[in-house]
Amino acid sequence: MAETTGTGRVKRGMAEMLKGGVIMDVVNAEQAKIAQDAGAVAVMALERVPADIRAQGGVARMSDPDMIEKIKAAVSIPVMAKARIGHFVEAQILQSLGVDYIDESEVLTPADYKNHINKWNFTVPFVCGATNLGEALRRINEGAAMIRSKGEAGTGDVSNAVTHMREIGGEIRRLTSMREDELYVAAKEMQAPFELVKEVAQNGKLPVVLFTAGGIATPADAAMMMHMGADGVFIGSGIFKSGDPARRAAACVKATTFFDDPKIIADASRGLGDAMVGINVADIPVPHRLADRGW
Amino acid sequence: MKVGVLALQGDVREHVLALQECGADPVIVRRSAEIAAIDALILPGGESTTIALLAQVFDVFELIRDRIRDGLPVYGSCAGMILLADRVLDAVDGQRTFGGLDITVRRNAFGRQVDSFESDLSVKGVTPAPLKAVFIRAPWVEQVGQGVEVLASIQGSDGREHPVAVRQGTILATSFHPELTGDHRIHRYFLEQVCRSATRIK
Repeated sequence: MAETTGTGRVKRGMAEMLKGGVIMDVVNAEQAKIAQDAGAVAVMALERVPADIRAQGGVARMSDPDMIEKIKAAVSIPVMAKARIGHFVEAQILQSLGVDYIDESEVLTPADYKNHINKWNFTVPFVCGATNLGEALRRINEGAAMIRSKGEAGTGDVSNAVTHMREIGGEIRRLTSMREDELYVAAKEMQAPFELVKEVAQNGKLPVVLFTAGGIATPADAAMMMHMGADGVFIGSGIFKSGDPARRAAACVKATTFFDDPKIIADASRGLGDAMVGINVADIPVPHRLADRGW
Repeated sequence: MKVGVLALQGDVREHVLALQECGADPVIVRRSAEIAAIDALILPGGESTTIALLAQVFDVFELIRDRIRDGLPVYGSCAGMILLADRVLDAVDGQRTFGGLDITVRRNAFGRQVDSFESDLSVKGVTPAPLKAVFIRAPWVEQVGQGVEVLASIQGSDGREHPVAVRQGTILATSFHPELTGDHRIHRYFLEQVCRSATRIK
């Protein structure tokens, strides 16, 4: 019987299974277990959470394979890992390690300032960041099977995630109200392939799952992003940079499922200890903003 | 007949769409009152650990378990199959299932995401064969009890045939995701065969 791996349906379908869930950044096996026990649908294995990358500076790269394997061995939920933008060899390594999803991520230092990875060449699926619809569709055109709004990682400031989700949602709504002959110019203006623009205009949604990321630090943040149209939430520094990671992780999971029930979110928000301290995005000089990486 | 799709986490939307295209009028259910009011239930694909945990946290676990035991027609795909299984291999410590289906299921049996695949599959009761089956970090059935009918099997990496679609009375489960393909014959089978036979028993 013919079995085909790495098809579009298998890659995009994997992201469909994560919907309504929280994907958490973890830096070791112990954190991965905490995330799994709290109800995370997947973990993102990386050496430093974005807040530390920001604080410590230097070049941020793919994680050590040993560390990724330890995390893979510790949990049964999917394990994702990050490759630098354009660094297809890091992606090949991650695929050979058997990670379940690769995040071609602006949180790491880009390896290529012009080109992203040709993601069609891989069996493993990719998630990529986007700040607007054009960027999302360019990534999908390169083979991304899942999109996440970028936000501003490592800040604990949700404002950019909100901006990016409103931007993507607003542009989708605008496309759905256009005549077909106007879509050509729309595609030109957003620098995206016409066929994808047309598909979005017809369906009123991206052709792949859309998560949100970057600055989400509280159950209320997670729930608000679900209201903004996110299919699910990535939480990076927000959990393991807080006072009580296990409780905060579980609370964010609850708030993501019951995002439309303020009473449940209120209960989930009680007694969580300190949230991550955070930085206002406005205080970060423009050249140091991660969301601007990606083209 | 009111068909609910359990919406704690997972590909709820795809099951809702599949049911709508079969002419059913599905509702998404998360709370006790909603679950108490349905005549049939679908457990979607997703993370079985997350769904089981949320069902316990929000106090619907026992209700779902009891309703299944009392004959509520239920269909589970992938994670849904795990949640229906009486016994789970490669489970997380303390992982619970609703149960009701007398099978032993192995989580992530086909491997990791790079091993996820689609394949033509013949399913008993679904004609004309085959249908396109999408397996995503899918489980397989290791062992079935006496009352369980095997509807489809596939060869695993261990060289043995493993059931991937099974039925026991009012309970239907598949390792694969018919909700992702646009071919709704499994949903139709559930509505027309499984749910209808349940009505007859009543």
